Amino acid sequence: MSGQRAEFAERVAAGLGNGQMRISVPLTQDRLRSGRNRAAAELGNVEEWRDRASAIRMHTLENLDSYLEQLADNVRKNGGHIHFAPDGQSALAYVEQVIREKEAKSVVKSKSMVTEEIHLNNHLQKLGVEVVESDLGEYIIQLAGETPSHLIAPAIHKTRGDVAALFSKVANRHLSDRTEELCAFARDQLRRKFLSADVGISGCNFAVAESGSIVLVSNEGNARLTTTLPKVHIAIMGMERIVPAWNDLDVLLPMLTRSATGQKLSVYVTAITGPRRAEDADGPEEFHLIVLDNGRSDILGTAYQEVLKCIRCGACLNVCPVYRHIGGHAYGGVYSGPIGAVLTPLLEGYEEWKELPYASSLCGACTEVCPVKIPLHDLLIEHRKDEVEKGYAPFAESAAFRMFGYVTSHPSLYSFAVKLAHTGFGLFADGNVINNGPGPLAGWTAVRDLPRPARQSFRAWWQEREEGKA
Amino acid sequence: MQVSLFITCLADVFFPEVGKSVVAVLEEHGVEVDFPLAQTCCGQPAYNSGYHREAREAARQMIKAFAHSRYVVAPSGSCAAMIRHYYPSLMRDEPEWHQKAVKLAEKTYEFSEFLVNVLGVSEVRACFPATAAYHQSCHMSRGLGVKDEPLRLLGSLRDLELRELPYCQDCCGFGGTFASKMSSISEAMVDEKIRNLEETGATLLVGSDMGCLMNIAGRLQRTGKAIETMHVAEVLAKGMKK
Repeated sequence: MSGQRAEFAERVAAGLGNGQMRISVPLTQDRLRSGRNRAAAELGNVEEWRDRASAIRMHTLENLDSYLEQLADNVRKNGGHIHFAPDGQSALAYVEQVIREKEAKSVVKSKSMVTEEIHLNNHLQKLGVEVVESDLGEYIIQLAGETPSHLIAPAIHKTRGDVAALFSKVANRHLSDRTEELCAFARDQLRRKFLSADVGISGCNFAVAESGSIVLVSNEGNARLTTTLPKVHIAIMGMERIVPAWNDLDVLLPMLTRSATGQKLSVYVTAITGPRRAEDADGPEEFHLIVLDNGRSDILGTAYQEVLKCIRCGACLNVCPVYRHIGGHAYGGVYSGPIGAVLTPLLEGYEEWKELPYASSLCGACTEVCPVKIPLHDLLIEHRKDEVEKGYAPFAESAAFRMFGYVTSHPSLYSFAVKLAHTGFGLFADGNVINNGPGPLAGWTAVRDLPRPARQSFRAWWQEREEGKA
Repeated sequence: MQVSLFITCLADVFFPEVGKSVVAVLEEHGVEVDFPLAQTCCGQPAYNSGYHREAREAARQMIKAFAHSRYVVAPSGSCAAMIRHYYPSLMRDEPEWHQKAVKLAEKTYEFSEFLVNVLGVSEVRACFPATAAYHQSCHMSRGLGVKDEPLRLLGSLRDLELRELPYCQDCCGFGGTFASKMSSISEAMVDEKIRNLEETGATLLVGSDMGCLMNIAGRLQRTGKAIETMHVAEVLAKGMKK
């Protein structure tokens, strides 16, 4: 695309050129996708589940203010603290304040995309606090100094060999790439961190307004250790990650896990309602819930509102043919794949992210699989429309489409253009093939041949036939 | 029965044989075909690129061109989906046009969809000796929900062996202007499609959307591969002659 920034083109080229990733991403994508399809088939009436899940999310968004208020009241009633953060800075400042008050030196984290969004780890490290990611995938990419390339499988782009190399460095000895050996090493490392951490920080899959609880799903048990062993637990949630009542979770929880990995339910589902009570055997002394806006409330009431229905299952990434080939890092933002292409420009603007809505063939696989029925590919078109209206489209393209509008609304002119096509395109043709087209055709012919328009168009043939009849 | 053919811009300019084949197959099934000359393009290139004012101009012209048609049939799942799904929403702020858009949407069909679901054709008396795979295009299968109809028609042909295409639900990388704007990503997608196609051993790829077929055929040709591509209507029409 003319007007495509070099950074974007470079990221895409890096993804396409990463032979290892081009093997590992499709493999995991296929596994997750077929798991989801199997789980959907088991339900039998998955479309009804999707309708129900979508309706719950829609209702929640339309009444978000009152459910957030109810959530806040109940969190306080349970003895927890709640902080509404209008932006990342505010969330970071709150975490920092808790860390300072507790004189905390080490933090253990369970997987949370929203903490990626506010770059929490960087901030804590600057404060001199040790931060350890406890989700295995997150631990791997933390050691690699990278960011997650998938919503639920952050190290999807890594192989066992990559992991063995990273772990060997930490271990200061050679570790084989056997899964058991690698897992045992990570478990041993992480267990020490859990036991010594001053503060545990988690995300939040769902907050339940009616009881002031937060619910976490995980398969490794690390979320439980993170939220029970350290004396202080801080949970951070996007302001839309809320359900009115436990009944709603009956629908959303299995939709999340079935869509994400194909599991009926994750290995662990943890519900936390406030800090440790007198009669509890364990649990943190303090519980803090940070509700992060960071641009979300600006999306409410716009054409993009439905993107806030997202429950971060990653199903759209697992079916996306673009994600399959370029990988998550090519998107450049915290959120990748179709959901990232819709969400990132909304949260951070077109200036830096104008290419993302075009990084899709609009095949609609994402929309088809989304458990809460976000019309993802239609929202990508909505973005393109906004970019055109706001002047982000290249001038030549705008001019061409103005011409398109004029010609397609004037049939005699259109017929004339059709008539000229054979000769006009002929200027660039080598026989009946165009393999080095100019302007907007250049992208096409860089990769594939373009046929030369037919000597006689269909409409010319039709007219000849009709005249013959008469 | 009277049917208006919406040829689609690609078939009009690049693939007139597809249009001729549609006419032949419909006429063979007792349909009287007309071709309103005032038709242009459905406007999808503009719509998908974000130029909705321009797409609306094209849509208005198409609505006018087919105002008096009883049925409109197009040899493209994608163009039919554009009319069926996006014309009404494009016109949502103009009640008079919206009503007309809904009317056009309701009477517009993709070719095999029309043959099977409206005409009730379950088999075509034809013979086409070939080993083929079928490309399931995205807008036709997801947008219109039409998956089995072309396979039923093709399945009824004598001597046509249909091989199952692995990952048939995955996009071929066409995506309209996507193929030009993001050509390196599109290349990776079409190459995977071709790898899957080669695995079937088919020597012919049949499809219902010339956009996809132009992309796949163009890449096959560029990489020197001998697999042929054809529209469903062409296979039926040629088979009827045999």
